[in-house]
Amino acid sequence: MSKADSPSKGFSSIMIIIVIVALGLSIAAFFFAANALIVTQDVIQGSYFALIGIMGLTLLTYMLIQTRKRTLSLSIQAQKVATTILCQKCGFKNLRDFQRGDFIFKEAEGCPKCNEKMMIASIYREVKKKKGKKELS
Amino acid sequence: MIPQVSQLPTGQGDVLGWIFQVAWIALIVATFIYGQRIQMTLMLREVEGSLFRLKFMRDKGRKTAISTLKELGGSETDPTDRVDRFLEYVAIQPVNLDPSGVIWRLEHILNVRDVRFKDEVKLMVPGVDEVQTNNMENMLEAALALNIIYKVIRHFYVLGKKTKSLYIIMQLQMLLPIILREAEAFSNALQAFTHGQPIGDGAGALVAAKLMHGHRAKKIAKDTVMAKLSIEGRTAYVLKAKGPGGNVGKPGEAIKQILEKNKGKIATAIVVDAALKLEGENPGEVAEGVGVAIGGPQIEKYKVEETVLKYKVPVNVVLIKEDIGDAVSTMRKEIFDAADGVIDRIKRLILERTKKGDSIIIAGIGNTIGIGQ
Repeated sequence: MSKADSPSKGFSSIMIIIVIVALGLSIAAFFFAANALIVTQDVIQGSYFALIGIMGLTLLTYMLIQTRKRTLSLSIQAQKVATTILCQKCGFKNLRDFQRGDFIFKEAEGCPKCNEKMMIASIYREVKKKKGKKELS
Repeated sequence: MIPQVSQLPTGQGDVLGWIFQVAWIALIVATFIYGQRIQMTLMLREVEGSLFRLKFMRDKGRKTAISTLKELGGSETDPTDRVDRFLEYVAIQPVNLDPSGVIWRLEHILNVRDVRFKDEVKLMVPGVDEVQTNNMENMLEAALALNIIYKVIRHFYVLGKKTKSLYIIMQLQMLLPIILREAEAFSNALQAFTHGQPIGDGAGALVAAKLMHGHRAKKIAKDTVMAKLSIEGRTAYVLKAKGPGGNVGKPGEAIKQILEKNKGKIATAIVVDAALKLEGENPGEVAEGVGVAIGGPQIEKYKVEETVLKYKVPVNVVLIKEDIGDAVSTMRKEIFDAADGVIDRIKRLILERTKKGDSIIIAGIGNTIGIGQ
């Protein structure tokens, strides 16, 4: 695997432009807000500029959080798999986590109740359904 | 909002107003001229994000393959170079300009590929048993699929970027959600193949295994076993791929041989397989029909169709629904539970479609990884 085959990792130029513009606008808006509130003592104008500044900063924070989210979501969770061991004679069932080497119809340990050889009857994973989702039937 | 603010009465209001007005007009003009470029940049950004995810999955697949092979083979051999070579492996399709005999030529190429893959695994981890060889081959094939998906998507991404073609990027961006689902399915498949867990595709093999369990199974074709048993007073030839290693066997060849040996005196053939569900359907739903349900490169399907046509044998099919993610990842409980329902359906089909004393074929299709017999 060569290193050249990976997509570019840096921020795109459009992203940098948006960040710079939003940051510049926010700083300018906060400067005008401070000017209006302290020098001219115009509360309405000061509030408007402060609002623009807050909006700019919110946009910046949102974009940064989005970028961070993408990095965090790059993980693959291991699935939990269960093995059921069944005694065909007395019906005793034992549910445990899957172990390497397990397969369906494999002979397992002796039954704790009747001492008969047990057998792996099932191997599966359970998927929990997401709550609050209504589906058309 | 900005033009309104610019109208505010202030000592700098006029200058500020002009700046906002000019910025506003410049924005409109830029949107007219560079609208498509902006759209393309945004799409490229989205594709790039997905490409990172595909690269992550590809790298994870490669690492999993290498670490599993190292674990199995001990510290004597380092399989890294061989795995890297394997991930670039290609099988070239036969020429189909003259379609006569293309099936047999394709079968030959796939047989050679299969033998080569198994030999590669044996060279990477010498001394492992047949079950592990088959599982490792399946694992490497999943890693190979992830590598191919990543490379193809990257190819179109770079091509779209180079040619600045909105249409290449647009198609890529529209298809990516489906491609990502498939890649995630292969990524999950790695766990199943590495540990030898049964997968959703093995639903048909599971049904056959449940039917033939406790009866003597003998080899009938390459990697395929068959058991002769009695169901509802009929003689049933139940077949599946040889488990518990990752195998799909040669069910078409096996059905052909049973039909030839019985000189076509088979009342019906029942094929049980996993099938892709439509969105909105539940995994584990069962459907019935007629025809030959054997996936893959269609060679086995072709063999069955040819032979049943020759002897005019009706072919029934029972399908277990699941999506692509379920098909290659560890078997879901719903799919496992569906197997008993399928057996009931088979028995009903036998009672309705055949008479006592008839002979029938029941073929459980699919990868039998993690399923014995």
